[in-house]
Amino acid sequence: MRKTSSDSALLRIEGLRLHFKTMRGTVQAVDDVTFSLNRGRTLVVVGESGCGKSSLARGILRLLPRNVETYSGKIYLNGDELMCLTDERFRREVRWVRMSMVPQAAMNSLNPVVRVEDQVAEPLLVHKCVTTREEAYERAREAFRMVGVPLDFMTRYPFELSGGMRQRVALAMALVTDPELVVLDEPTSALDLLTQANIMNVLKQIKKDIGVTFILITHDIATSSELADDAAVMYAGQLVEFCDAGRFYLDPLHPYSRGLMGSVPTLWERKDLMFIPGQPPSLLDPPKGCRFAERCPDRFDKCEEEPPLTEVDVGHWVKCWLHR
Amino acid sequence: MLLSVKDLRTWFELRRYGFVRVGHVRALDGVSFDLKPGEAVAVVGESGCGKSTLAKTILGLEPPTAGEVRFDGRNLGKPTRELLRWYRARVGYVQQDPYGALPPFMSVKRILEEPLIINGVKDRHERQRRIYEALTQLKLTPVEDFLNKYPHMLSGGQQQRVVIARAKILEPKLIVADEPVSMLDASVRVEILQLLRELQREYELAVIYITHDLSTVRYFSERIFVMYGGKIIEQAQMEDLLADPKHPYTEALLRAIPDPHPKNAETMREVPPGEPPSLLNPPLGCRFHPRCSKMIEGLCDQTEPPEVDLGDQHIVGCWLYTDQQS
Repeated sequence: MRKTSSDSALLRIEGLRLHFKTMRGTVQAVDDVTFSLNRGRTLVVVGESGCGKSSLARGILRLLPRNVETYSGKIYLNGDELMCLTDERFRREVRWVRMSMVPQAAMNSLNPVVRVEDQVAEPLLVHKCVTTREEAYERAREAFRMVGVPLDFMTRYPFELSGGMRQRVALAMALVTDPELVVLDEPTSALDLLTQANIMNVLKQIKKDIGVTFILITHDIATSSELADDAAVMYAGQLVEFCDAGRFYLDPLHPYSRGLMGSVPTLWERKDLMFIPGQPPSLLDPPKGCRFAERCPDRFDKCEEEPPLTEVDVGHWVKCWLHR
Repeated sequence: MLLSVKDLRTWFELRRYGFVRVGHVRALDGVSFDLKPGEAVAVVGESGCGKSTLAKTILGLEPPTAGEVRFDGRNLGKPTRELLRWYRARVGYVQQDPYGALPPFMSVKRILEEPLIINGVKDRHERQRRIYEALTQLKLTPVEDFLNKYPHMLSGGQQQRVVIARAKILEPKLIVADEPVSMLDASVRVEILQLLRELQREYELAVIYITHDLSTVRYFSERIFVMYGGKIIEQAQMEDLLADPKHPYTEALLRAIPDPHPKNAETMREVPPGEPPSLLNPPLGCRFHPRCSKMIEGLCDQTEPPEVDLGDQHIVGCWLYTDQQS
């Protein structure tokens, strides 16, 4: 099933929609998201809470709750269309084989009564990536080495490890099957500063060594710059800006991205902090035009209509009427 | 001095099977500082360094094991009911999780009215006036829209503003804010911090701002305490600390914090090895010595460092700055 496609995009997403059914109506958590990501790059997805970042991750890995109303669009991984696969085939052939995930608060999602080595080796055995148990444990050891967990910790239970170590174990679980794409959902938000810097170092090293493609979902913009090659900004379920890291951290174009960057407190650089007044719209019944219009300092008449996502420069996509 | 803390220790007893004593968690182990009226200080440190215990001990929610807290000249060691009531009308508490801190079954009006009733503001119009004033100050306007709302109907930022309004409605002299913005989105954090700062200036409130996020400190206070392993290891003016950190831990902490910049992706960050010490059985000597690159054998791992006053309110607990090290 693996084939190399002519274009260099590892992941291409077109018009992904993920809507949930709730008692009060349909929540448009992910609405028409389109982007593509090249092999070996790291994409950082930023946005406020409730903007659909985590839903996007779940949409990519098809880890869906029961109340899904719409799940549509196209997802290409290395040229293979994934949406046409049945759930069973997706589970067998894609999830954790070709792409894996470190869920939010992963350090607390380990099974408390199973030794960590068994937990890390399990995906290999379940997906029959290896033929013998010995081989599985050998690869688990390799994964532990990669994420920097001492090998004598392998036989411990999760409660015997610190938060940082547990986070590394969760990372080892995602890497052990040698996937092409790893989605990291807030991998460091629950950790201490120094531990956070440590995990970021580990991720950087892994990126350099094995060239895996990461999608890093976070609200911590300062820390995200440690890993980013590309950046995507989400607002109210939509992608509002997509560009490379250089442009995003230094000179973003969308008024929301600018506000977001302006609100990041900096330790070394002196600047007056801004904040974005108001709050994001409800995803139950989002506004018709531009979803950011209500809070936007630069809004004008045209914002009544929804702006398209346009490529304003090579590889720089913005969804705003100011940039056409 | 408004608040004076001397050699404060708060230990938690650890028991096995409910009665076998196995030791103490020394969450707070010898902390001293003074706070003038109207002064804002920030306390930073990683989780488990004792900063929340410090807040709770100052607020009288945890009894100290040893040491002394003096507020406005009165010792809060073994407080009577009257003393506690007097004290609690003069300190406000801003909790970390606004939703958890607000009673879900009370409207905003009731939440704000209750402290006034308890503290004997009998006149209904006076109460009304003060509620309006507090809500207006925190920019929860128009006030009528918020009075009858319940906490779950508000966004996180609005909830936190109600918590702050509740903390300041009795016009306290001191507010202890324990990670007031860590649960909020980046885009509203700044707004809340600025509101708190405005209140602090306008009312000459003393504020203790507890946080793990060093980068927000500069926008809030001039003075900063750095905690590690249950102790304050360095205190200084924020600008001095940034320009010239003395303690190796402070240095490491500052090095670990990135400003958003694409160049960050190209280099590795220097991080000290290991993890913060267990407070159940803290290391002998300086608590940072197992992770410290400048450790002096036979000194740092044997004897606790003294507090060295470097002048200009810069105090550091480290052997490197004493005469004995040579």
